[in-house]
Amino acid sequence: MEFLLYFGGVFEPLALALLIGGTIGGLILGATPGLSPTMAVALLIPFTFHLTPTQGLILLGAAYTSTVAGGAVSAILLKIPGAPANIATALDGNAMAKKGEGARALHLSFMASGVGGIIGVLLLIFLTPVLAQWALKFGPSHLFWIAILGVTVIGSLDSKSFVKGLLSGCIGLWLSQIGYDDIQGAERFVFFDALSGGITIIPALIGLFAIPQVLDMFAKGRMSAAIESIEVPKYKILDSLKEVVSSVRALSIGTVIGSIIGLIPGVGGQIAGLVAYDQARNFSPHREKFGTGHPEGVIAAESANNAMVGPSLVPLLTLSIPGSPTAAVLLGGLLIHGIFPGSDIFDKHPEVVWTFINSMLLGQILMVIIGIYTAAWAARIAKAPIPILAAAVLVLALFGSYSVSQSMGDVQIMLVLGVGMYILEKFGFSAAPLVLGLILGPIASDYFTNGSMIATAQDGPWVYFFTGPLNIILVALVIASIGYSFWTNMLRSNFVDDKEVAQ
Amino acid sequence: MKTFLKTALLGATALTLMASMSLAADYPDRPIGVEVSYGAGGATDFQARIVTIPAGNEDILGQPIYILNKPGAGGRKGWNWFATEAAADGYMMSAYNVPHFIAQGIKGGVKYDADSFEPIANWGADPAVVIVGKDSKFSSMADLIAYATENPGKATTSGAGLFVGHHIAALQIEKACACKLAYIPTKGGGAAAMKAVIAGETLAGINNLSDAARAASAGNVKILAVADLERHAFLPDVPTLKESGLDVDNASVNFRGLMVPKDTPQDVIDKLATQVPKMFAHKRVTQKMKQTNSPVKIMDRAAVQAMWAERKATLTELLKGL
Repeated sequence: MEFLLYFGGVFEPLALALLIGGTIGGLILGATPGLSPTMAVALLIPFTFHLTPTQGLILLGAAYTSTVAGGAVSAILLKIPGAPANIATALDGNAMAKKGEGARALHLSFMASGVGGIIGVLLLIFLTPVLAQWALKFGPSHLFWIAILGVTVIGSLDSKSFVKGLLSGCIGLWLSQIGYDDIQGAERFVFFDALSGGITIIPALIGLFAIPQVLDMFAKGRMSAAIESIEVPKYKILDSLKEVVSSVRALSIGTVIGSIIGLIPGVGGQIAGLVAYDQARNFSPHREKFGTGHPEGVIAAESANNAMVGPSLVPLLTLSIPGSPTAAVLLGGLLIHGIFPGSDIFDKHPEVVWTFINSMLLGQILMVIIGIYTAAWAARIAKAPIPILAAAVLVLALFGSYSVSQSMGDVQIMLVLGVGMYILEKFGFSAAPLVLGLILGPIASDYFTNGSMIATAQDGPWVYFFTGPLNIILVALVIASIGYSFWTNMLRSNFVDDKEVAQ
Repeated sequence: MKTFLKTALLGATALTLMASMSLAADYPDRPIGVEVSYGAGGATDFQARIVTIPAGNEDILGQPIYILNKPGAGGRKGWNWFATEAAADGYMMSAYNVPHFIAQGIKGGVKYDADSFEPIANWGADPAVVIVGKDSKFSSMADLIAYATENPGKATTSGAGLFVGHHIAALQIEKACACKLAYIPTKGGGAAAMKAVIAGETLAGINNLSDAARAASAGNVKILAVADLERHAFLPDVPTLKESGLDVDNASVNFRGLMVPKDTPQDVIDKLATQVPKMFAHKRVTQKMKQTNSPVKIMDRAAVQAMWAERKATLTELLKGL
């Protein structure tokens, strides 16, 4: 309960102002396409030079939590995921927004983020020493199996057809191998210069999600001269609150998966949302509603990606090892004030660390309040006439993919992938499994290379990848997951088809 | 009409000429970028952000410097971009890491080598150190080498990647002891390589002195030796590799500084070469670098040119057999 002693620090006038400013700024930066939480926090670090360590960290902590949630705004309203963490949010969230339920989707997403986020930070507060040991247990072989476990859900993710899901997953895995191999440094599939750096994830996300819908909007605009727009009814905050509370299943699946994945260094929050989304669907009685604007999808995805924030800082604070790119930037923010994380940080600088953690806790609550306040206003974006909206999304897509590293190559990649995805969508393929392949490909291949190099020096790959309790558990999960998706998607769907035919 | 066009053309040429003449005199008249080939939060990025703080001061450059991250493939992605696409007008600099980019240039597969860039100045030097986990059975370099000699290719040693300082240090150690380590380049740079040692995934590791000093003071690792010519002020009790009986020089020391593309106008280079060392030596920079345990080593353009040439010769020799 030591953290309660330091709560006073958060309520000092300047600290509170920084907290509110950081939260609002974080929401705006997070909602800007192309600005990932990592970049947002990096941008804020120079501002902390003029502050005390505690104040600086309050700003960074508030910004980190709210940028992750802010990414949901553009994912829901524009179908441009702000960061990989928000991909799953775009699936049902944008479908809801298209039905005019944008405000409801935003309410749910902020509330779910808040619940997941608070539980994640509480884990950080109470279980740090235990969790630190747990985080160290994941070596290259385990991370490889986790990536493979992710690959096993590709087929069932947001696809009407299992086979088409697998095929788009394969395309994603192949695309992920383009460019330099991170470990060996060999060039692969680089047919022209823009590809030499590989496919950067954020431009790819923007292209795969935003461009097909822009093309769809333009196509629609040509067909009817009348400018159509949808009604955006107001949503009562209380109703949304009731809905979140009643979706215990999605909320707890999201929070648990987000916390566990956040803890594993090297996997990070990129896949937390997608895995939680897939699991929430598997356990839901309304499986078929996912992807059509089902609130549970938004709740699971958003609670997962914010639950990951707290635990992802465990390896950073106790072992000085950043578990994610954003944590690496935060490490810089700590170092610059002469604070060196390590197992003794809670004894040496309690006022700094606890105030930082408290500010994330309070930041979650502020984020929910501010987010909900702006939701009704932001959701009116759906009222914009479709041609205008399409043009705006296109501009944001171009701006976002260029701003990642000021490179026209990224813009070209974004456009090519977007047009390709538009064609694939016409044939019933969907973007989510492709993106999951794109994210998991490098994790699986690099940790396999890494692991097999260690294995060759030790007892060989069989022993290294298949023995030890954690490996065996993960391999069992992989087999179970393959068996489960085979059963549900191949056998059961055939059965359903027969019945439909009989009717 | 023709004469009009001619005049217009002449006028345009004159204007461009004037523009290019005034370029050097007014340089810089807008913010300058620094491309960093590693991710935000890494040691190079972090230090680049510190050393460029005072750029906007009137007595330094009078214009702020912003950081542009282009991470990927151990720096290859960023430096490829810098060598082929960056404008050579002084408005885009890059942070270099020696020996990384020189070694990559020698190994090939990239679009640059040491001659593709012009150095401006050096701000830091971070030697490589050999580390083992806190409970490791090895407590000196001799123990580790004895193990590697008895078990060739079994002494797993993590490092940030291939052909970076850590790898060069591993190659030099192997050459000096005539034994064989198992160098394991990790995904995720120095932080992941450090984690591999702390978690016991590898028996030993090679890492940056600044990061290792932090991990050692937190009690997570033991530092066996420094790959430099002299002991380091941060770690006065840790012997150099030479003192440990291994003939390893300072070729693996990670030098960090700023450079510009080859075709940058000479007067722009001259201006940067006089002003940038002042920026590195600024009181606010040295104070922040000290606070963050980042080892400072300021070298002017001539000294960096000499250092690059020397490294190129050593590395060409070392990497010949590979």
